[in-house]
Amino acid sequence: MRINPKYTQWGAVTILTSATIFTILILVFIIFFILEKGLPVLGLSFLTENPQEMGKAGGIFPTLIGTIILPVFALLIATPLGISTSVYLAEYTKETRITKVIRFGTDCLAGIPSIIFGLFGYIFFVITLGFGWSILSGGLTLAVMVLPTIIRTSEEAIRAVPNSYRKVSFSLGASRWQTVKKVVLPNALPGIVTGIMLSIGRSIGETAAVIFTAGSSLRIPSSVFDSTRTMAVHFYILAREGISSENAYGTAATLIIAVLFVNLLAYYTMHRFIAKRS
Amino acid sequence: MKLVGEKGVQRILMITALSAISSLLLIALFIFSEGLPFIFKYGAGNFLLANEWDPNTGHFGIFPMIMSSVWVTLGAMVVGAPLGIAGAIFLSEYASPIIMKIVKPTIELLAAIPSVVYGFIGVMVLAPVIRNNLGGPGLSLLAGCIILGIMILPTVISISIDSILAVPRSYREGSLALGATTWQTTHMVTIKAARSGIVASIILGLGRAIGETMAVIMVAGNSVNIPNSALDSVRTLTANIALEMSYATGMHREALFATGVILFIIIMILNSIASVAIRNRNAKK
Amino acid sequence: MFKRVFILGMLLLAGIYMTGCGRGKTSITLAGSTAFQPFAEKLAEQFMTKNPNVNVTVQGGGSAVGIQSASSGAAQIGMADLVTLPEEAKGLTSTVVAKDGIAIVVSPKNKVNNLTTDQVRDIFNGKIVNWKEVGGDDVPITVVSREAGSGTRSSFEQILTNITLKKDALIQDSNGTIRETVANDANSVGYLSHGLINEKIKAIKIDDVECTSEMIIA
Repeated sequence: MRINPKYTQWGAVTILTSATIFTILILVFIIFFILEKGLPVLGLSFLTENPQEMGKAGGIFPTLIGTIILPVFALLIATPLGISTSVYLAEYTKETRITKVIRFGTDCLAGIPSIIFGLFGYIFFVITLGFGWSILSGGLTLAVMVLPTIIRTSEEAIRAVPNSYRKVSFSLGASRWQTVKKVVLPNALPGIVTGIMLSIGRSIGETAAVIFTAGSSLRIPSSVFDSTRTMAVHFYILAREGISSENAYGTAATLIIAVLFVNLLAYYTMHRFIAKRS
Repeated sequence: MKLVGEKGVQRILMITALSAISSLLLIALFIFSEGLPFIFKYGAGNFLLANEWDPNTGHFGIFPMIMSSVWVTLGAMVVGAPLGIAGAIFLSEYASPIIMKIVKPTIELLAAIPSVVYGFIGVMVLAPVIRNNLGGPGLSLLAGCIILGIMILPTVISISIDSILAVPRSYREGSLALGATTWQTTHMVTIKAARSGIVASIILGLGRAIGETMAVIMVAGNSVNIPNSALDSVRTLTANIALEMSYATGMHREALFATGVILFIIIMILNSIASVAIRNRNAKK
Repeated sequence: MFKRVFILGMLLLAGIYMTGCGRGKTSITLAGSTAFQPFAEKLAEQFMTKNPNVNVTVQGGGSAVGIQSASSGAAQIGMADLVTLPEEAKGLTSTVVAKDGIAIVVSPKNKVNNLTTDQVRDIFNGKIVNWKEVGGDDVPITVVSREAGSGTRSSFEQILTNITLKKDALIQDSNGTIRETVANDANSVGYLSHGLINEKIKAIKIDDVECTSEMIIA
């Protein structure tokens, strides 16, 4: 017996709609759950005061510093490397065996679990190179971790720059590098910024790799050789060890707001980029 | 460009382009050099297939962890893949473009929420619900599957949407012109054409689920146990490394690095499959 | 209370390495045992108020990390909470700085207040699986333990003797997480460092001995 296509149509659309609504509800629930419990704790003093008794009382100021400094450090290293890789892949070579290997390597790097990055960073940066648990070790580990994201998004942005732009530049006598510098990169910039924002989001939220490499010191670092604690690590420790659920929720709320902000910024730049192109 | 000529620029770019692949090799080198000697010393068969994990008495069998990783990952797929694919189909084929524009980035936000936050919600909300209604300790395989299932949703949805949108309009128009309903068109034409992209999204979600550490440690209970039911507590490969690394010495520490080696190999295999699937999609375009 | 037991050792690297940090500020890093970390943090604070040009950093990581980092020089002082020190610690000087007790803890909702040593052993072995067997409600027991390698766990097993932890025991990786897990689940039982007992959990008497600081020192 064949069911009337009208009924299957109706059934399918109902199922699809409810699945989508369910998915959105989960997201809304997660964000509201944290914000509802965390926002009352949040305040200027929570953000600017030093924690007391391992974070049981007081604010989260040092972790705020850690959360800013680690991603910035990581991005300072990963951004130039990532962009030049993508320029090389998109502008300087045709599809060869080498580009295939580079692309495969990038994809694999993107899929490696953070705990493996953590083990690697611990053995390589902390122990072998003797950097100890420090901003240096943590930043370098995070840099390797976000490198593939930057390569991927930058390459896509560069490829999206219309070929006619390059041809005009060449016909005016510009060299390849001049064309890349003056024409391609400025036009690809919004896409590249999106990649950077996504990477900042990922490094802000990372815990496993950070604990193993940057340590978890609650003091304000005075050099890149000092250990630091990010908000994500602080939240993990507060919540897991039951030190203070209030401060844990407050930290999580700060973290979520920061991550939402970075993502909205990324989405906004990408949006403007798409609007400009069409 | 007076300092370095065009050739020089190209050479510099080429060298930086090797950064990703050389990082990968460096990671592999260090993880393998710490873990492989143990596998040879202890015997790959003993290591991979034995049930007993008791580092104090020198037993290092990770079979329960492998099985737990497999179960947790499959369970996460059962939770996440249908929801994700249904969401992707709805958003790309049925929802108005405005809804798509608002909802897609919102769902992608899920990917940016730190995994520890998911884990914490699992402990505070999900585990008590499971414990009080279904029994068992609450921190269980089931809790792990649900939390990971939610965590992979953004990956599955956004990659599936991209591949569904990449199906040429003419396919759909042809089908509709023949009198098919939109659903018939979707499941007989569009999904078939977008199949490899959807498969790739699932494999990438799989990779994320198998590699997740902190959220799983928080919700899965961490018993070294081949689960008999979804309510049993389990320990995944990633959890094994992160839980015991801090107190491990000697053989025990090497065994944890060896666990990392196995995890690394599994992820590499999954990635290779995914990249082949994505290449198929691109080739079709 | 479980007899008095285990030792918090501090390992000093023979001929302390001091890493210079900036302008004449000396920096010392302590790393290791999470059980000892809170105390070390407090000691570090006091030390720094007395010696303003010394910068003391305290890291967790666990006893093994403490020993490794002291051996490799990543930290100047390693902290370990172990009854006996492993092979790797041979080249280090060790100093006992504290003693601690291990308490058996349950949720405050649990009716059971007293257990014998044998009962505790059977619960963790998996022979006793329901609280009614030891005078509680008719509900299954959820056993919560530390991970293999933990100083608290090996001390616990040494004291109990003849114990093989049951397979489906939940495993948590610190005293704090044991406390949280037990506090969240009314049917669970765990063990932790006596210093970390708080109002969310209840320490039970072992063979009618209560868990107090006096008993540990005695």
